[in-house]
Amino acid sequence: MAKRIEVKGLDIYYDKFLAVQGVSMTIEPRSVTALIGPSGCGKSTFLRTLNRMHELVPNARVEGKVLMDNEDLYGANVDPVNVRRHIGMVFQRPNPFPTMSIYDNVVAGVRLNSKRMKRADLDALVERSLRSANLWEEVKDRLNRPGSGLSGGQQQRLCIARAIAVQPDVLLMDEPCSALDPISTQAIEDLMLELKEQYTIVIVTHNMQQAARVSDVTGFFNLRAVGEPGGLVEIDETTKIFSTPSNQATEDYISGRFG
Amino acid sequence: MSTPPTNPATGPAESLDTDRLPAHEDPGPQTVTLAAVPLTRGSLPRHAARLVLLGAVGLGAALFAAGLGATWGAVLAAVAYTVVIYLWSRSVEGTRRAFDRFVTAVVSSAFLVALVPLASVVWTVVDRGLARFDTEFFSYSMRGVVGEGGGVNHAIFGTLIITALAALISVPVGMLTAIYLVEYGRGALARAITFFVDVMTGIPSIVAGLFAYALFELFYGPGVRMGFMGSVALSILMIPIVVRSTEEMLKLVPNELREASYALAVPKWRTIVKVVLPTAIAGIATGVTLAIARVIGETAPLLITVGITTSDNFDPFDGRMATLSVFSFSQYATPGIPREAYFDRAWSAALLLILIVMVLNLGARLISRLFAPKTRG
Amino acid sequence: MPSTTEKTPRRGTVQRPGDRVFAGASTGAGITILAILAGVAAFLVIEAWPALWASDEEMPDGEGLVLYVWPLLFGTLISATFALLIATPFAVAIALFISHYAPRRVAVTLGYLIDLLAAVPSIIFGLWGAAELAPLTVEPTQWLADNLGFIPLFEGPASATGRTMLVASMVLAVMILPITTAVVREAFLQTPRLHEEASLALGATRWEMIRMAVLPFGRSAIIGGAMLGLGRALGETMAVAIVLSGSAGVTFNIIGSGNPSSIAANIALRFPESSGLDINVLIASGLVLFAVTLFVNMGARAVINRRRDFSGAN
Repeated sequence: MAKRIEVKGLDIYYDKFLAVQGVSMTIEPRSVTALIGPSGCGKSTFLRTLNRMHELVPNARVEGKVLMDNEDLYGANVDPVNVRRHIGMVFQRPNPFPTMSIYDNVVAGVRLNSKRMKRADLDALVERSLRSANLWEEVKDRLNRPGSGLSGGQQQRLCIARAIAVQPDVLLMDEPCSALDPISTQAIEDLMLELKEQYTIVIVTHNMQQAARVSDVTGFFNLRAVGEPGGLVEIDETTKIFSTPSNQATEDYISGRFG
Repeated sequence: MSTPPTNPATGPAESLDTDRLPAHEDPGPQTVTLAAVPLTRGSLPRHAARLVLLGAVGLGAALFAAGLGATWGAVLAAVAYTVVIYLWSRSVEGTRRAFDRFVTAVVSSAFLVALVPLASVVWTVVDRGLARFDTEFFSYSMRGVVGEGGGVNHAIFGTLIITALAALISVPVGMLTAIYLVEYGRGALARAITFFVDVMTGIPSIVAGLFAYALFELFYGPGVRMGFMGSVALSILMIPIVVRSTEEMLKLVPNELREASYALAVPKWRTIVKVVLPTAIAGIATGVTLAIARVIGETAPLLITVGITTSDNFDPFDGRMATLSVFSFSQYATPGIPREAYFDRAWSAALLLILIVMVLNLGARLISRLFAPKTRG
Repeated sequence: MPSTTEKTPRRGTVQRPGDRVFAGASTGAGITILAILAGVAAFLVIEAWPALWASDEEMPDGEGLVLYVWPLLFGTLISATFALLIATPFAVAIALFISHYAPRRVAVTLGYLIDLLAAVPSIIFGLWGAAELAPLTVEPTQWLADNLGFIPLFEGPASATGRTMLVASMVLAVMILPITTAVVREAFLQTPRLHEEASLALGATRWEMIRMAVLPFGRSAIIGGAMLGLGRALGETMAVAIVLSGSAGVTFNIIGSGNPSSIAANIALRFPESSGLDINVLIASGLVLFAVTLFVNMGARAVINRRRDFSGAN
């Protein structure tokens, strides 16, 4: 299931504007990789290139390679739609479909491909996904209620359940806790630690404590200077980044001297 | 609940699966199919859509050349494109992507089809209207004209006078109402006004005409016709448009501007007059221009309140007046001999009307572009 | 609301004269609108009154008010309904095209082109319908009558001039297209980006994304926009008056020459030549039209406003 992602010399453009330059990294399967850095340094932009959501912005494009188990995601004949099927995403703010029930939200992705699934299979999938998202006990009695009636934290876990229901290989999380209270955040962080047993998880976060708590590997993004493109400064095991980073900028950021 | 962070890639995923998953352990067919989605799939060559489109257009042109009507040629070309791209994509890319392309083709052709009436209307009016677009047409009235000749000079002035009066009534009422709704309005009265302005936008124009007639009949007796009645009827149609557009524009004025003005101890009414209105004035002027464009071509209410006449009458408070729209209608609906002369005049009046409306529309765009406040960025 | 931070002065606070005058004038203008609308209803009732109580013999057709208005109401409803059926699918497709398919740079211009349709005066659509569209339909309707005549709508005999209910409905459809499109387009453009991305991130194609996120979000706007269009079509006068050569028959056959006219067109055609009780009768029919459009428009607004409140958009 979980797959390794290798990024090689990735440049990300908005039209002619080079937003992120020269990112290379390897994201190991069954681990949590956190991306930290000051605002506007291109973390989220980079994350969205991993499942080709970036190109939804008109004239946005990338150069370089993103390999998932040695298959180039940007190769010829690669269908971005299928890429997203393999690489799920959880967004900054919870976004369950307001017109769908909790149940329908979970199976929304599955319904796209296999049109005729047995009701029992669907039921099983919903329960499995919601259990994996630690939400089953809270919602099992109201699966047919709208997803928008849940609390923010529950909605975000519903979105995680929706993302893992299609059984992706990789899960991208774009600041998944920034709109949540501390208790909901705790629940999501616990969940991440469980999910990494099955998935490759990449999380963008503003919260350095969160990165330290949940991630195995941390990458630090930064702008070289104002007006310059952002880029990856260093990436290493989280314990090393937070104790003895090899780059001065990383140390400054970690110790709160800027950002 | 939470597992401590372990070294990546060592977690015994298999055993954990069985721990956590519920009773339905059987992975089921869906698991297999989903996991088996390949990254790559067959896809059509990059210019496939364009090529098929070109072929379809070629086919349509060939059919047209072979004597089939232009309409049928276009329809068959569109159908051919849709079918070919769907089948081709289905065989290479699968049903989902094929259906996506199918919808794209349908939605795009629907848009093109909708442009056909617009193009046809403009073409027809220009083509037929040019027949009488001469100096006589603009400088003469229809006084004493039977058959050929004559013009719409009297109707042009009638239209301008009646529309101007309507604007004179509607703009102050509409703008003040919008100011009330945005700056003062609260509670039941504001809600009622908002609601009834919405309702008013839906009043059929003929009903507005009937209202004006009913109102004036009480004072002037049955059979009354005068230009001012038409202005009143048009105002009913115009006021809600002015209110809506002004309201939208006033709401766009940032609240910080108002607060800055209040903080300088400027009273509320002066804040509105000196700060809020000037900021929004370009948008309001655009809205008013569009409202005028909307009512200047109205026919039905004028037909029953102003009527039609062949001579000059520039006094809106005395008797029938001619207007372009009613002129066009009456020439078309009750032609004399030779009929062509009457039809030509009807089309030429229609062309003049459409020109006026288009100029007003373009003018409105120009106003909003030229005089928009710099803050819009 | 922009003015929330500005507290209204407490009762009894001294107000500046300028403020009082200005507030009074703008409130007065608002009340004027309510008065106008009440006036429309009241004056129409007053003028329609004699017709409501007149005996059947005094009526234009000598058959009583209900029998006079009914065919016209039928004609109004059927022309507007068909216009709605034709226009709504197009409006949704066009709104989708502009909001989600057309390149962003040209989308605004394309929207403007559709809006231009709304700017064309109705008299011109009427002339166009009678002179251009009607002759085009003669052959196809003949074919319909010959081959699909078992369907009541195409019962035939087909009109030789093409000035049929079908053409009137098509012209009306073109006329209501812009307003319906505008409402639907507005809603589609406001679809939360989050929901669109959520479905795309699940691996949806563009159409699947639209079905999952855009259409559910815009559903009530589609209903509301269609109803607004219906309101327009019901009250539209000149297009029907010019295209249709109305008779009093009540029939579902939309390609024949025996269709009933609509209320609005009937008023426009007869009013200039009428006097006495005939005018009261026409005004009474106008009152019916007013009531029907009022009902439809209020319903449309209610649907659209409900969307605004409970759309689930953040």
